[in-house]
Amino acid sequence: MIKKRLNIRMSGLGGQGAVTAAHVMAMAASKDGRFAISNPFFGAEKRMAPAESYCRIGIERIYDRGELVFPDVIEVFHPQVVTMGKSYTMPFYSGIKEGGLVIINSDAPLLTEEDIQRLKDLKVAVFYINGTQIALEVAGTELSTNMTMIGSVAGITKCVSMNALDLALQERFGKKFVASGGTATLDEAIKKKFAKKEMLLAKNLATVTRAYELGVEWAEKNKYELQVAAMAAA
Amino acid sequence: MDNHSPIGTTNKKGQVITDARKMMFEAPRTPSFFTGSEVIKEAVRRANVDLMIAYPITPQSEAAALCGELFAEGYVKEYFRGESEFAVMSQCAGAAFGGARVFTTTAGPGTMRAMENFPMWAGARLPIQMIVTCRGINSPLSIQPDTLEISYLLQTGMLVWHAETAQDFYDWILRGYMVAEEPDVHLPLALCCDGFFVTHTKDVVNLTPVDMCLPPYDPYRSPVPCMDMECPPVRMMRDPFVMKSNYISYATHASWQQEVWAAVERSRKHTIAWIDGLIETENTDADVLIVSSGTAVSQGREAIRLLADEGIRVGLVKIKSLRPWPWQEIREATKNAKHIIVPEFNVVGWMAREIKASIPDSDRVVSGPRVGGGMTMPPEIIVSEIKNALGIRNAALAGRGS
Repeated sequence: MIKKRLNIRMSGLGGQGAVTAAHVMAMAASKDGRFAISNPFFGAEKRMAPAESYCRIGIERIYDRGELVFPDVIEVFHPQVVTMGKSYTMPFYSGIKEGGLVIINSDAPLLTEEDIQRLKDLKVAVFYINGTQIALEVAGTELSTNMTMIGSVAGITKCVSMNALDLALQERFGKKFVASGGTATLDEAIKKKFAKKEMLLAKNLATVTRAYELGVEWAEKNKYELQVAAMAAA
Repeated sequence: MDNHSPIGTTNKKGQVITDARKMMFEAPRTPSFFTGSEVIKEAVRRANVDLMIAYPITPQSEAAALCGELFAEGYVKEYFRGESEFAVMSQCAGAAFGGARVFTTTAGPGTMRAMENFPMWAGARLPIQMIVTCRGINSPLSIQPDTLEISYLLQTGMLVWHAETAQDFYDWILRGYMVAEEPDVHLPLALCCDGFFVTHTKDVVNLTPVDMCLPPYDPYRSPVPCMDMECPPVRMMRDPFVMKSNYISYATHASWQQEVWAAVERSRKHTIAWIDGLIETENTDADVLIVSSGTAVSQGREAIRLLADEGIRVGLVKIKSLRPWPWQEIREATKNAKHIIVPEFNVVGWMAREIKASIPDSDRVVSGPRVGGGMTMPPEIIVSEIKNALGIRNAALAGRGS
């Protein structure tokens, strides 16, 4: 399926970097020459509380704001989104469009028989990725889990190029960035994990790349296609 | 001959003080991919602001913190954090009385707490600019966008504009000072946006050159005396006009209120010139019109696309200025419409009420869809409202929680 716009809902927990992931995706799509916007939705900032972010990528100007009620893609950053209802919807896949895609970060299947059937009825594909494990292996910290969520959706849908992701990561982490006190603190925490900023960039990019490859592989094996149309030539 | 014009000189950051019209309408623009909060910072960087006072409340905290960096960098001359929202707005008044260009940001319950100050600002003719990043004000708590606080601001005598996008925000922060500081206006401006949808959303915004800034505020253009804080020209607190101690003080207070609202009216001509009209319209010959302000307009634009795919043509009126209220423009734009759909991010529907009070045959107005408490407004529910108005069957939407 090739769409004029791809709507991605990222459901995570506070501190996992779902907001950053959506911003990086949108920045990358913008660098690819497409139209894109991203925005977060969360309550009072605290770790492990539900936090969502949304990334919209398309071939015409995007006006739509706020929560993504009818997404094409849902990315679940943490098993508790599913198992403990840490989501702004119940079930977490409410509103997903027919032919859509669910990506879940988990080392074990989480869906009930009923969930599986309802998603099957909607022709929604489900891809499990052990993102936290990959982040630990490739980057040496689970703080890079969000990079696996970026890489996997990019690999499956090709909604952003790896080159643009590289540039967006450099822009996000390569310079001083203040979003809020909380984000600044998290940035400092993650910078301490890596001796140098360059190391942070390189390891994050390697994590994105690994997840991207897994996404490409899975999409080919399952013959799954969900893409954004190419921009018309100017 | 004016030998004292600062135009063409540089400030201590090396920015060239530029004629505001040249800066806003002729200078080259650079596209940037920024959040609304970052855009506020970039506008303030170029606005020659003397003083900003901050107090934290979501969703304006990021913008307030980012403007603090501008102080550290030397673009804003004074910056401090107040003790409470009420204190902040009172301190803003003090600074503006003293002749400073003042900037502040606020939201939701904080705006409500400070409310006493806003009619005072207007009455004292202080051209303070206040950014309002709307959020829920009622219990249970919500930090998400809900535009109820705007309805309270409408009666304060402040100018009230409602930005749809970060681009509006960028341009209107800079242009807002130009309107607010006109001698025949000289009123505070509440520049509102829907929190998160604008402040926390990354979007492409075209910025003016960083080495250009607005001319400084000239307090001697004020229609009321600039206050020498060491030696106030009038006794403000003893025997003030409000005491109505005799006929003259009584009449002065009554007529001054009229003058404040007359100043709001006089701002029309400047506002129209600076932000290209109080409203923006598209296809107003259509039978169905969406009329609203803020991001409800954005959601309306998406609904118009969805309906166009089904062959239903819908027009649009975006209301940019709420005070002054563009009632003549709205009457003209809606004269052919059979159905006027007013989507709003609040439970009471204040925008629909304002529109109903401004046009003939107000039963054409559909007050909705309305979402409150920071809920989102998918374009599909606007489509559904329009189909209902047209008598077209439409399937029930499976939304969140279904």
